[in-house]
Amino acid sequence: MKRYGEHRFPGKLFVVEGIDGSGKSTQLSLLYQWLKSEGYGVVFSEWNSSPLVRDITKRGKKKHMLTPSTFSLIHATDFADRMEHSIIPLLKAGAVVLCDRYIYTAFARDVVRGMDAKWVRELYNFAVKPTVPFYFRVPLQVAMKRLITGRNGFKFYESGMDLGLSEDPEESFKLFQARIIEEYEKMMPEFEITVVDATLPIETQQAQMRQVVKSKLAQAKRLRVAP
Amino acid sequence: MRETYGAVLPEISLTDLTGSLIVVEGTDGVGRSTQIDLLKPWLEQQGRAVLDTGITRSELAGKGIKQAKEGHTLGRITLTLFYATDFADRLENEIVPALRAGFVVLTDRYIYSLIARAMVRGIDSAWIHNVYSFALKPDAVFYLRIGVDDLVPRVVFSRGFDYWESGMDLHTSEDMFESFRKYQSSLLQQFDVLAQEYNFEVIDASASARTVFEQLRSGIARVLSGEPREPLFAVQSSDAPADEIHARKGVDTPVENELEQDVLK
Repeated sequence: MKRYGEHRFPGKLFVVEGIDGSGKSTQLSLLYQWLKSEGYGVVFSEWNSSPLVRDITKRGKKKHMLTPSTFSLIHATDFADRMEHSIIPLLKAGAVVLCDRYIYTAFARDVVRGMDAKWVRELYNFAVKPTVPFYFRVPLQVAMKRLITGRNGFKFYESGMDLGLSEDPEESFKLFQARIIEEYEKMMPEFEITVVDATLPIETQQAQMRQVVKSKLAQAKRLRVAP
Repeated sequence: MRETYGAVLPEISLTDLTGSLIVVEGTDGVGRSTQIDLLKPWLEQQGRAVLDTGITRSELAGKGIKQAKEGHTLGRITLTLFYATDFADRLENEIVPALRAGFVVLTDRYIYSLIARAMVRGIDSAWIHNVYSFALKPDAVFYLRIGVDDLVPRVVFSRGFDYWESGMDLHTSEDMFESFRKYQSSLLQQFDVLAQEYNFEVIDASASARTVFEQLRSGIARVLSGEPREPLFAVQSSDAPADEIHARKGVDTPVENELEQDVLK
């Protein structure tokens, strides 16, 4: 079994992290378009993995059956399935793999829910270390402003309602996300995460991101698939 | 106060878990469920409330695991974590509430079987030990030990070979009998390592069901009365007459002798 560490597969793995409303998904799609136009074999690894694990997670969430430990473990199960059946084979095949959220999301969420930080980090030891993890840093107020217009209502676990922080979903969401940000910030030096200022114009952020990615692909000419 | 093997879950307060947690471990087909079916009424006749539980029976993940095994589609790490999810769900929703209510929790397997299975499948030892470090330390683990030669006829002449019990997912042999022997042998080796590590009380499961039951019963009676463990209990000869064992153990009572007749007839 592989332990967390630098992988030796020909492919590359770039992941984006940040709270909802940080704009990380927008940036990842722009990166995807650019890599494609540059001729790289680039693939999104989606969160929704095997239908089986997904169904259990859905049911558990719908019925509010999940506790901090089962929330943590069922997501780790789901992640393991993606790792074993999607990410590793893609990296072996030499793809540039893009992930919207990775193990750092789990570290933040699970620890806010009261799980032991060391235990959770060990739990994800089987994960491949990303070539570059990006964190989109944004003040909570800015993210909230972006979100309020973009959605109707907050889901139970997404807003951390299971923590009993507030009866009001929006208020609970705010309090929960503030704690998530705290956990993210602790990880920056720990995991050598590249921080992007997510309040900057979209183009500026994208230019920064491309520069970093480019430097990692310099020695990876064979990842290009198009003529 | 009860202890865990390391991590403590936020949902579980370790104080006031006044019940007893007793584990019956052993490989597939060794007779664990037969013994638990005998132990439960025996304990209930003494007026103790009993919860019997086993692995892959949780409300959250039990069904999913069964489906996954039917399709054989999950990777090794994924399946291992699925089992861990199931275990956590049962720990929080069944075992802990029962212990808090003062029950005797009699569990058919515990983390040890799950660890052994994972190790045989090449999962990293330190990793799997960490995953299950949130488990509560039981009051006793009774390990029904058997050699693979004694195990084979029991399994073959009762229910036949099963895909997973034969470790067919490991692809060591096309032949189910060969695969069963290899897989169960390595599983038994892992159990022996765990027996040392976790201080199991070993019971020779090649003996008759009655003899095994008598040993389990006297072991459990000792645990419930709070007496310390006798170091040589593990290697007690299994073919000695029951009365002799009881005389030596000194834990039997006339009342229990009567119950024994009822249960074993």
